[in-house]
Amino acid sequence: MLITFLSKAVEQAIPLLFGSTGEIITEKSGNLNLGIPGIMYMGGCAGIMGAYIYENSVAVPSPFWCILIPLLSSVIGAGFLALIYSFLTITLRANQNVTGLAITTFGIGFSDFFGGSLVGIMGGDGQLSVVTSASYFKKSLPFADNLGRVGELFFSYGFLAYLAIIIAIVAAWFLKRTRSGLQLRAVGENPATADAAGINVTKYKYIATCIGGIIAGLGGLYFIMDYTGGSWTSGGFGDRGWLAIALVIFATWKPNIGILGSFIFGGLYIAYYYTGNLGRSAGELFKMLPYLVTIIVLVITSMRNKKENQPPESLGLPYFREER
Amino acid sequence: MNNNGTTINKNAQQIHEPLFQVTKRAYTTWQKAWIIRAVAIAVALVICAVVIVLVTGLNPLNVYGTMFEGNFGTERKIWNLLREIAMLLCVSLAVTPAFKMKFWNIGAEGQSLIGALASVACMIYLGDKLPNGVLIPVMLISSVLAGALWGLIPAYFKAKFNTNETLFTLMMNYIAMQLVAFCIVFWENPKNSNNVGVINSSSKSGWLPVIGDQKYLLPVLIVALLTAVMFIYLRYSKQGYEISVVGESQNTAKYVGINVKKVVLRTMAISGAICGIAGFLITSGVDHSIRSDTIGGLGFTAIMVSWLAKFNPIYMVLSSFLIVFLEIGASSIATDFKLNESIADVLTGIILFFIIGSEFFIQYKLKFHKRDKKEA
Repeated sequence: MLITFLSKAVEQAIPLLFGSTGEIITEKSGNLNLGIPGIMYMGGCAGIMGAYIYENSVAVPSPFWCILIPLLSSVIGAGFLALIYSFLTITLRANQNVTGLAITTFGIGFSDFFGGSLVGIMGGDGQLSVVTSASYFKKSLPFADNLGRVGELFFSYGFLAYLAIIIAIVAAWFLKRTRSGLQLRAVGENPATADAAGINVTKYKYIATCIGGIIAGLGGLYFIMDYTGGSWTSGGFGDRGWLAIALVIFATWKPNIGILGSFIFGGLYIAYYYTGNLGRSAGELFKMLPYLVTIIVLVITSMRNKKENQPPESLGLPYFREER
Repeated sequence: MNNNGTTINKNAQQIHEPLFQVTKRAYTTWQKAWIIRAVAIAVALVICAVVIVLVTGLNPLNVYGTMFEGNFGTERKIWNLLREIAMLLCVSLAVTPAFKMKFWNIGAEGQSLIGALASVACMIYLGDKLPNGVLIPVMLISSVLAGALWGLIPAYFKAKFNTNETLFTLMMNYIAMQLVAFCIVFWENPKNSNNVGVINSSSKSGWLPVIGDQKYLLPVLIVALLTAVMFIYLRYSKQGYEISVVGESQNTAKYVGINVKKVVLRTMAISGAICGIAGFLITSGVDHSIRSDTIGGLGFTAIMVSWLAKFNPIYMVLSSFLIVFLEIGASSIATDFKLNESIADVLTGIILFFIIGSEFFIQYKLKFHKRDKKEA
């Protein structure tokens, strides 16, 4: 039971981890991208669309393309939205909150539209579902079944789950230990100073926002191809995108803490099913916990006012060199 | 001649010069601003038409005809349009003072929802105890208080510890939603339906009275009044002026002796309170019920409405009309041509991108550099 709970919690955690790692990288450049929920939807939807079109155009889908095509479509879809966000906020200097919310509206709308009607548009009928491709995404390590509980807890997930953890670790290392990471943080903290130091603020903001969006999009892809087994349900992704943004705060903008945080959030998300006969009302209160915990973390970090746990100094503020 | 000029001037040309320079416009006439916006919307509509044709193969003109039909087709549709505008406008009015202060309140969704929850609680527990003349004011007051409280919590922490308000208010939305989901478990009717249903459907206690034979007339009038009050408050009152000063520069505000913390708390209380009114109007005047998605994203859309109107309540009537028109229009396209309803969000999104982008051209001027300068 405990093992099942933990491995289910991990399954819930992975989309959140992708989302929060992506958003942390974005926010470190000073961009508060509230379009992440839409971008995650888009990443999942573009992935399943790619897979569906591929599966329907060849007689025998090959495993290689079954993985690569959804992966690439997801990257393109999520990257495209992140690029629109970057163009509007960085080049056209639009308000970040407004742009982000518009991206979310568009991303969720686009995904629900094509998720719901791609099959019809392509002349088929029934639900959008890509079982073959999904089976490759779900494939766990071959020796997982032989290892009993250890196998279930550590090795029973598809490759995207491990990728999420690897990306989070790499991101943490990148931000903390590399020169580019330092410069990226400088851009997020004080773009004017970074600019004066010869850092190309625009370039860093663009790259960080786009890569962040692409990573977040993989969270949507994991959800569709692995968690739900390759079938689209309208609105199935729920509010996980916002939860990923909450996780950024919980992790105090550190991707490695985000790994731990995502497991906690994942556990809280499904804790209700494992609490016995507490009833539905208690279940609803349980679902409140991740948000409540986030607020508490947000308040405590701002009260302690420790420099390294704060949001990037210029988060959400636009930067125009001419307007200092 | 020209070629010669460039060779002579080669050294000067080595200095990197951008293709164009961006300068802030000192002043943009409102005619010019609206022309730029109209062009942006026109371009967006063309792109939307292309999308519609690519996806469905339908004639886009027919599709736009359907949009008008869906909004203005019958008297009932017009009232629906008015109601939707009123609700969106009400929430937009609520977020405006906070935004003008540069307090990014994206928690209007939660503040309205908690207001709606307070109203519904009164309807359920006091519905058979109080006459409508007392009950409705009680509902209104409790909604206002609940909304104000939901706005004050993040404002308090912002004022005291400089806690990031965008993230705080965002989280408060989901707390409100779960709170409503929690209450629905107790109020659901019938049992296990996870649905509250229409409350007091026979006694109609706690329902806003119907005036002039039009169910939505009273809510629309209330919002119209609110719009005027908010316009005057922001433009002509001392408090409205303080909000602008704090929004422009907190330091300036401190130097001229404005108590910034007090202004932040007061403004967020007002913002939350108006959200509470929106929640009250939605439950008492329109839905007579509650779900965790009763507000339906109005809190987020309102941010775009308020921003598009440059925080001017009068312009907000226009921008909320634009957004509601698009949404209703697109959803009638969806039903008429058997498309998925979400096409509405796709089209709204595209149009929003263009309007957001066009603001740049209203505020800034592009100056292209001429490559062949005189000194050559």
